[in-house]
Amino acid sequence: MHIAIVSHPIEPAALIAAVASDAHGATSLFLGTVRDVNDGRAVSGMDYTAYDAMASRELEKIAREAVERFDGVALAVEHRIGSLALGDVSVAIAAAHAHRAHALDATRFVIEQLKKRVPIWKREHYADGTLEWVDPAAKVSEGLTAMSPPQPPR
Amino acid sequence: MEVRVLLFASYADAFGSPDLAVTLREGATVRELLAKVKELAVGHSLPPAPLIALNQEYAAPGDVVRAGDEVALIPPVAGG
Repeated sequence: MHIAIVSHPIEPAALIAAVASDAHGATSLFLGTVRDVNDGRAVSGMDYTAYDAMASRELEKIAREAVERFDGVALAVEHRIGSLALGDVSVAIAAAHAHRAHALDATRFVIEQLKKRVPIWKREHYADGTLEWVDPAAKVSEGLTAMSPPQPPR
Repeated sequence: MEVRVLLFASYADAFGSPDLAVTLREGATVRELLAKVKELAVGHSLPPAPLIALNQEYAAPGDVVRAGDEVALIPPVAGG
């Protein structure tokens, strides 16, 4: 299991290599990239910041949950922080298993949990020169269901 | 006891600092800590129930804050 918060460009091939095994018949790769529009506004770039120690810890927890849930799936996850340009990879998740269902389901599980629980924040740079921290729960205009905050363990 | 509270992203911007100091009684809970933070100048700009982490784990309102704990105020997360 490879988990890291990094400040350098993510190399998807390295994540695929990290989960490779002759026992695997399926490898699934998810990449999150910086998009040029959000909530109807033109975006020119993104700054990511994290509570590093807790983010790594929470990501490890999510990965352990995925391993348990999806029959020992092999996982590699990296999230990048710092200033990213359009098209840059902000997050990469590689999951490998003997069979495709667990590999595919594990990538989905990890990205959904990451978005809900891992203390990482992004500030969008808009084409008009302004900056704003993104609050996913506030984006009702896109018709998204507001995400519930992470639940404490008890 | 004095507790240092780590701030990030929009909260760090709101307070104009990466951390702040709060004085609490021994045995104070996360709920009491939040009430103290909200009394500060820009504390009112926080959401009604902001998330708190104690020692890098999400905490519940009734959890007790101890001297030396790593305390952080967690804005709505937006990774991915």
